[in-house]
Amino acid sequence: MRKLLPLTAIGLALAAPVQAADWDYKDIADALHSVMEADRTVYTKLIINRLQNQEKVIKASEHWKDEKALVLPAQMFRYGSEAVAEKGAKFSYSLLSLWPVNKQNNAKTAVEKEGLQAVLKGDPYYKTEVLGGKKYFTAVYPDKAVAKACISCHNDHKDSPRNDFKMGDVMGGVVLRLPMN
Amino acid sequence: MKRLAPYRIWLVWLAISGLLAAYFAYAVQTPGRQSAFMPGPVTHAHHQIELKCVACHAEPFKGRAGIQEACLNCHAKELKAMDDSHPISKFTDPRNADTLAKLDARQCVTCHTEHKTEITHPMGVTLPDDFCVRCHSDVAKDRPSHKGMAFNSCATGGCHNFHDNRALYEDFLIQHGKGDKLTAIPRLPERNLREFMISMEYLDGKPVDAASMNGREELHPVPRLVAEWEHTAHAKSGVNCSACHQAKDASGKLAWIRNPDHTVCASCHQEEVNGFLSGLHGMRLKQGMTPMQPDMAQLPMKDGAAHAKLTCMSCHSSHRFDTRQAAVEACLTCHDDSHAKAYKASPHFRLWHEEISGRGAKGSGVSCATCHLPRIEFTTPEDERRILVQHNQNDNLRPNEKMVRSVCLNCHGLQFSLDALADSALVSRNFQGMPDKHVDSIRMALEAERRGKRRKTSDGAAED
Repeated sequence: MRKLLPLTAIGLALAAPVQAADWDYKDIADALHSVMEADRTVYTKLIINRLQNQEKVIKASEHWKDEKALVLPAQMFRYGSEAVAEKGAKFSYSLLSLWPVNKQNNAKTAVEKEGLQAVLKGDPYYKTEVLGGKKYFTAVYPDKAVAKACISCHNDHKDSPRNDFKMGDVMGGVVLRLPMN
Repeated sequence: MKRLAPYRIWLVWLAISGLLAAYFAYAVQTPGRQSAFMPGPVTHAHHQIELKCVACHAEPFKGRAGIQEACLNCHAKELKAMDDSHPISKFTDPRNADTLAKLDARQCVTCHTEHKTEITHPMGVTLPDDFCVRCHSDVAKDRPSHKGMAFNSCATGGCHNFHDNRALYEDFLIQHGKGDKLTAIPRLPERNLREFMISMEYLDGKPVDAASMNGREELHPVPRLVAEWEHTAHAKSGVNCSACHQAKDASGKLAWIRNPDHTVCASCHQEEVNGFLSGLHGMRLKQGMTPMQPDMAQLPMKDGAAHAKLTCMSCHSSHRFDTRQAAVEACLTCHDDSHAKAYKASPHFRLWHEEISGRGAKGSGVSCATCHLPRIEFTTPEDERRILVQHNQNDNLRPNEKMVRSVCLNCHGLQFSLDALADSALVSRNFQGMPDKHVDSIRMALEAERRGKRRKTSDGAAED
């Protein structure tokens, strides 16, 4: 019996689910976003800006399949987000803007509108919101023009509502949602 | 016995109930006998497999999730390939919860419910005609040209589809909108399976003939069949008798197959067979049912062909494998609707006749297969590209603008193609004459482009 007690304690400890006890919603959102932002910057700088703008070997185009071109950074981000959704992940994210080329990427919910306005100053914005009866922790991160490709494409696009973006400008925001409870 | 007499009526009732229960228990488990359980007729798309309930209803008691799974089992691949404009992921995003409340497009059956003939519209849509407006009522804000348009004109005007807009999106219209009725060199792409098989080293490509083969005399080869085979692309590429007629049996021993079926063809023509099994010609085989027969079809078919069984060999005839025969005469053996009947008087057939009689250039003729079993570029599982024949005859058909890219633009301009396909009377006459309809989308797209340019030059001034 004396031996059994510590064994039971060890067993219970092993059976308990692993928890990141010190991680709150904000930390998880920040961690996920850091991966997204890093991948997105690498793609924009090392693939798009290098091959299209510097070395001029291949174009990037919205219609990449038809024009045999590179996928735009915003599309690459969206395809990733769609793949995550198709896998049934619990969180979701999208790239939105107050000046979107694709009108579907306009701010839609009250928190998106407030958040996209807030991140123009350069800092992330966090808030909870209820959508379709479910509660979400919503984080909005500023999305800045990191390469010439970003601003030239948006300034030149016929459907772009704004055409005076400059390097380093906040052009929009990554909106990331974690379901709560 | 007398003692049971007062209960006779109950015994009869019990016997009849027992028999009925036994019949229904048998029927529900037996494909082909399930009609008693059908709540109503199914659409043209699925009627061939309607008596196999589990084809769509999956396992019993799996409910909606099972149906959705069954839809995607057959249709997910094509939706991906067509760059679906309304993918499920768009509706699962919480930010679109309000859109989802208007239209739950996560489930195929929200828009395409079976067994409801009385409310089924073209493309199997069972929603009222105003479904676009539920989410896009403010379209005129970004597209002033759309102001005042009828709520049901989005798809019927030849401008938009819910899923497939590959030939209809704005920049595509702008890029191809200035084309003439005919392109400079109207030609089809050429197939290249032989080159692909050789480059992948699946075949050495060295021709074989009967004389060079170590004949299996004990099988008594029929000289006529051997002679037919000797003229085929099979013989010219080194595909001998045993390539199709010999396979390993369960014990791993090589055995002779007298009548090879589509699974044998698939060993070299996998994607072609996949296409065949996905379309109206092969979908019964895919479900493990007996082959499709013309007398099961809803389209008019020739009486004489009523009981023909549809397999690869029905169109390709074993040993001869004449693709020209398969491209026209095989179709007309069965099909008897107005479009099929008008074909031989059409300008398309004239070009086909020129080509097969040796006067027209290779790829200049237009057969039934040119449009309905088109040559498309395909990425193989090895990640190589090859041109193959899409054997799913429905892949580019409903709605028919799906045909524009894979077929029409090889020879025709975009405006002419859209107009011709929108004119159902012209389609019925098999394109004898000029289109009476006019699709306005190209004009509107070019106008939007000009507006965009004006806006840019005026440096951010408000849109008109």
